[in-house]
Amino acid sequence: MADFEPVLLRRILKNASPSLEAYRGDGGYKALEKALNTMTPQQVTQAVIDSKLRGRGGAGFPTGVKWTFLPKGHPGPIYLCINADESEPCTFNNRILMDQDPHQVIEGIILSSYAIGATTAYYYVRYEYGDATRATQKAIDECYAAGLLGKNIAGKQGFNLDIFVHRGAGAYICGEETGLIESLEGKRAWPRIKPPFPAVEGAFRKPTIVNNVETMACITHIVERGADWFRSIGVPPDPNNPRDNGSTGPKLFCISGHVNKPGVVELPMGLTVRDLLEKHGGGIWEGKKAKGAIPGGVSMGVIPDTEFDMRLDFNGPAKYGCLGLGTAAVTYFDQDTSIVDVLYNICRFFEHESCGQCTPCREGTGWMHKIVDRIRKGQGRYDDLKILEEVGDQIGITPGTTICGLADGAGWPVKLAVRKFRSEFESYIKNGKKTHSLTLVGAH
Amino acid sequence: MGVLSEKIVADIKALLSRYPSKQAVTLPALHMVQDELRCVPLEAIREIADLLDLAPSEVHDTMSFYGIFRDEQHKLGKTRLWVCRGLACAIRGGEDTLATLCDKLHVKPGGTTPDGQITVEFAECIGVCEGAPAVLIDDRGRPDVTPDKVDGLLAELRR
Ligand SMILES: Cc1cc2nc3c(=O)[nH]c(=O)nc-3n(C[C@H](O)[C@H](O)[C@H](O)COP(=O)(O)O)c2cc1C
Ligand code: SF4
Ligand code: FES
Repeated sequence: MADFEPVLLRRILKNASPSLEAYRGDGGYKALEKALNTMTPQQVTQAVIDSKLRGRGGAGFPTGVKWTFLPKGHPGPIYLCINADESEPCTFNNRILMDQDPHQVIEGIILSSYAIGATTAYYYVRYEYGDATRATQKAIDECYAAGLLGKNIAGKQGFNLDIFVHRGAGAYICGEETGLIESLEGKRAWPRIKPPFPAVEGAFRKPTIVNNVETMACITHIVERGADWFRSIGVPPDPNNPRDNGSTGPKLFCISGHVNKPGVVELPMGLTVRDLLEKHGGGIWEGKKAKGAIPGGVSMGVIPDTEFDMRLDFNGPAKYGCLGLGTAAVTYFDQDTSIVDVLYNICRFFEHESCGQCTPCREGTGWMHKIVDRIRKGQGRYDDLKILEEVGDQIGITPGTTICGLADGAGWPVKLAVRKFRSEFESYIKNGKKTHSLTLVGAH
Repeated sequence: MGVLSEKIVADIKALLSRYPSKQAVTLPALHMVQDELRCVPLEAIREIADLLDLAPSEVHDTMSFYGIFRDEQHKLGKTRLWVCRGLACAIRGGEDTLATLCDKLHVKPGGTTPDGQITVEFAECIGVCEGAPAVLIDDRGRPDVTPDKVDGLLAELRR
């Protein structure tokens, strides 16, 4: 593969100023100008469909196709919600885009609103991202002052758009798109039963599109450089499988954990977990060996180092039993890390974040946390592993027992850890081994 | 005289035009109150409910769902210091940072120093994982807070 030139991080890597003036100096808002002067909203949507862009928020749904689910000829309002809840553990790519190049995202939001006919966009940002919130708000204010937001945007008669930043309140479940909508409406963030999908009935009971921040940034470049350009990057759809959408376009990968060079990198999809570690993450720290990795945020599962040939694209992780590519946030852990501790950390997270609406999720995440805790403390029982696998298999929208995918994400790492690292769990149970590669403090 | 300042009341009213429902202003209103009062007193809930044409219980229902809001009995200190316990931080010593902080301040996670200066809490991943172990100072991330940096951080916060 020829050396890939970053697009989403282009300005960030050269430390360019986030100001409107600097963004424009680098060619910013040219895509908007192009769309408003030469393309109909339908043509923008078609370009997004043709690009094969898949949502970057975790589910990988084809973005252009989702937009076509909006009712035709709807009198409005239609809403766009930008999902900046980014709470999947070990994920921080949205934050970097918002902090350091907010106009790139905003240009994508204006373009997307033009395509789908939205006149209000709610930018839902997790509370923890204070600096990103302020950078985004500043950029929005600049846009209003420059006529890029408000009425008759950039001189285009009748094209109006407001963007309102809405701050979250520290709950992972607000990232689930209908949880986000409920939260935006001022309620507890209880995900809704689907259908109806948000495109038909979303925020304030109106048709709504929810898209991730990185997805928005991609839109800017698709309009600017064309669908063919976008599709030429990464893994093309399998021509023999009409249901495969491929893994096209640039993608941000978050690298964290026991590596020498944690950070975010932009690459075409399809590279292996090993290449990401060795070529971009600087290898495992302290000269140690890797024991395993979390391939795409903790919801996707966990793999041992013997599976580092896994390709990081929308199809790769499933070949190793993982839930998917998720947020493409890879966390590596070294040979001295206890897998039981890693799993304990993950289970604690999901019990804490389950919204409590569905019994299998509320109770299941609690049981898994409790069981892994007792294994960790050397009090594991022989059938604990069986129970963990059973619960892991039974909670979620995949088996059909819960309303949202949080439960799938809670079950997946549990069942994969037990299956892929069984002997380590067994040695804890047999030997009453206690752990301590992590210190764990009170209040659990 | 209510507990909401005139400014907050005006700010809440100014947001109403952004949303098709008044209830949507609940979270922004709760944030404004907590930012100013370091908690959301019951009386503030009643006043927010009044402004948004809701029952106080509706506001309370929303507020209590989100762990971020504090009632009067659990008022925040001047600075809220969240220590990340997410996976990327935990495997790089994040829980040691939390333990060190709690030790030095003689508080448990969730507690506030008696002088009302600092509240220490754990947080789930705060999205600064490239700088693990990371903390959040109110709403700003701070990377690389290993236990040996705790003294410096506390001195900075107390300044
Ligand atoms: C528990 C849970 C948490 C989620 N968190 C996020 C999130 O923080 N950000 C995000 O963009 N999508 C998140 N998603 C996915 C959203 O539901 C939705 O698919 C996505 O925002 C759509 O945008 P995209 O198509 O641009 O990816 C989450 C899903 C689930 C089930
Ligand atoms: S699966 Fe879990 S998080 Fe999702 S709606 Fe049900 S209880 Fe809530
Ligand atoms: S795990 Fe601590 S910031 Fe992400």
